[in-house]
Amino acid sequence: MEIDPFIFRLSIFVLSIFIGYFVVWSVTPSLHTPLMSVTNAISSVIIVGAIIASFSYSETGDISFSNILGFLAVILAAINIFGGFLVTQRMLQMYKKKEKKKNK
Amino acid sequence: MSANLSSILFLITGVLFILALRGLSSPETSRMGNFFGITGMVLAIVVSILSVNILFNNLIYFIIALSIGGIIGGMIAFKIPMTAMPQLVAGFHSLVGLAAVLVAVSAYYSPESFGLGAYQNIKTASIVEMGLGVSIGAITFTGSIIAFMKLQGLMSGSPITFPGQHYLNAILGILIFSLIIYLISNQSSQIFWMLILASLLIGFLIIIPIGGADMPVVISMLNSYSGWAAAGIGFTLENTALIITGALVGSSGAILSYIMCKGMNRSFLNVILGGFGTDTSSEDTKVKTEQKPVKSGNAEDAAFLMKNASSVIIVPGYGMAVAQAQHALREMVDKLKKNDVKVSYAIHPVAGRMPGHMNVLLAEANVPYDEVFELDNINNDFANTDVAYVIGANDVTNPVAKTDPKSPIFGMPVLDVEKCKSVLFVKRSMSPGYAGVDNELFYRDNTLMLFADAKKMTEDIVKSLD
Repeated sequence: MEIDPFIFRLSIFVLSIFIGYFVVWSVTPSLHTPLMSVTNAISSVIIVGAIIASFSYSETGDISFSNILGFLAVILAAINIFGGFLVTQRMLQMYKKKEKKKNK
Repeated sequence: MSANLSSILFLITGVLFILALRGLSSPETSRMGNFFGITGMVLAIVVSILSVNILFNNLIYFIIALSIGGIIGGMIAFKIPMTAMPQLVAGFHSLVGLAAVLVAVSAYYSPESFGLGAYQNIKTASIVEMGLGVSIGAITFTGSIIAFMKLQGLMSGSPITFPGQHYLNAILGILIFSLIIYLISNQSSQIFWMLILASLLIGFLIIIPIGGADMPVVISMLNSYSGWAAAGIGFTLENTALIITGALVGSSGAILSYIMCKGMNRSFLNVILGGFGTDTSSEDTKVKTEQKPVKSGNAEDAAFLMKNASSVIIVPGYGMAVAQAQHALREMVDKLKKNDVKVSYAIHPVAGRMPGHMNVLLAEANVPYDEVFELDNINNDFANTDVAYVIGANDVTNPVAKTDPKSPIFGMPVLDVEKCKSVLFVKRSMSPGYAGVDNELFYRDNTLMLFADAKKMTEDIVKSLD
C-alpha cells in the first residue's frame, strides 16, 4: 500500500516542531525581542503562496480576483520581510560587549 | 523548474531558517543568523517565481507590489524607535495573519493554479487545511490589531470584560470548528466567508479582556498563531518551506508564552481568560496605604548614596520604556563607574511589554550585554549589594509574592531587591502596579522613594553626581 504524501508532510511538520523547541530553548533571553522579530520575518515566507496567487491563470488572460488578492498579499508579506529582517539587523547591531579600553 | 528540484530548494530554505534561529543563542553569532534568514527568504522567493507560469502583466504588478511593500517595510524598520518595538511586532503579526487569509481566499477561488482541484470541488484534505489556515490567520489578524492598539495607546490597556464573554467565545469556537467540518461536504462560498467572519470576530474577542501588562504573553501567543497559520497554508500548498517555518515559529511563540507565564506564576489559561488586576485592591489595603510612613528623598540623596556605594544593581521596568530613560540611565552608570562603583542590571522575565524588551532598550543605550543579567543569575547578588536602583519596575520587586499566600501575585518569582542595604525606588506616585497590589517595599526602612518621572530623576542624579 502506498503512503499518502500528506503523511510525509506531517512528519516534516512534527519533526520541525521538535527542532524549533530545542533551538528556541537555546536562545539567550536577552535576544528574545530579536527572536520575535526574526520569527515574524521568516513566517512571511507565506509570500510563496502570494506568488502562486499573483500568477494564477485566468481564462480571459485578464487580472483576476485571485491575482489581486495575491498582489495584496505580496505587499503585506514584503512589508514584513523587509521590515522584519531590517529591524532585527538594527537591533542586533546594538548588542555589544564591554569595550575593555573605555572602561579602564 | 522541476517540482523535485524546487522541493529540495524549499527544504534548504527551511534549514537556513533553522540556522537563523540557532544563531540567536548568543549575540556574537546572531548577525550571521540573520544573514542566513535573509538568504533563505531570497531563495524561497526566487524558487517560487521560477516555478510559476510567468505572465508579463502579472509580473509588472508583482514587482510593483513587492517594491511598495519593501519600501514601506524598510522605512518602518529604520524609523521605528526601540521603545515602540512591542507594537511593531504586534503590527507585523497582523500582516502575516492577513496575508494568510488572502492567500487562502485566493486558493479557494482559483484552486487549479494551486493544484488543489476545481472551484468548489477542492480535495477534502486541502479544504480542511485551507479552513484551518484561514481561520488561524483571521484570528491572528484581528487579535494582533487589538494588541497593537492597546500597546500603541489607541485603546485603553485595561481589560474589557462583559457578562457571558466566555460563553460567547466558546460558542464561536464551536461554530468555527463545525464550519470547517461542514466545508468538507459543502464548499459553498457562504460557508467559507462565514468561517472567516467568525474567526475575525473571535480574534477580536479573545484579546480585549487581556490587560496591558499581560501583553508579553499575548504577543508571544500571537507570534505562535502566525506560525500555525503559515503551517496551515503550507499544508494546503504542499510547500515544505512553509510547513517547516510555520512549525518553527509556532513552537517559538509557544515557548515564549510559557516563559512569560512562568515569570508571572500564572497559568496560560488564567492569562487568556483575562480580567486580571481589575478587582484585587480591596478597601482594606487602601486604608493601610494612607497610614504607613514612607521615606522620600531627592536626587542629591540618591546621588550621595550611590556615589558612596561599592556596588549598585539597576532594576528597569516598563516605566523606563515609557519615560525613555535608558540613555540618561546609561549616563548615570558611566558617572558611577568613574567613581569605582560596580554596576550591573537585573532583568525580570516579564519586565516591559514583550519578551526581552528591557534588553533591547539597554542595548540601544550602548549598555554592554555582559553587564545585564537575568533573574536567576543575579538574584543572589542583591544580599551583597549596597544600592538597588529600581526604575519603572514595581510588581516584579514586591516581596509580598514570597510572603503573603493571599496576594494575587503570590508565588511569582521576584527580584530580591529588599536584601540590598538600601533601595532607591523611582516612581511617579504611590499608586500600586498592574496587579493592583500595594508594594510592601515602599514602607521598608531601607527604602528611599524618589517621586518623579524616571527620566527627569535620572538626569537630576547625573547632575548631582558631578
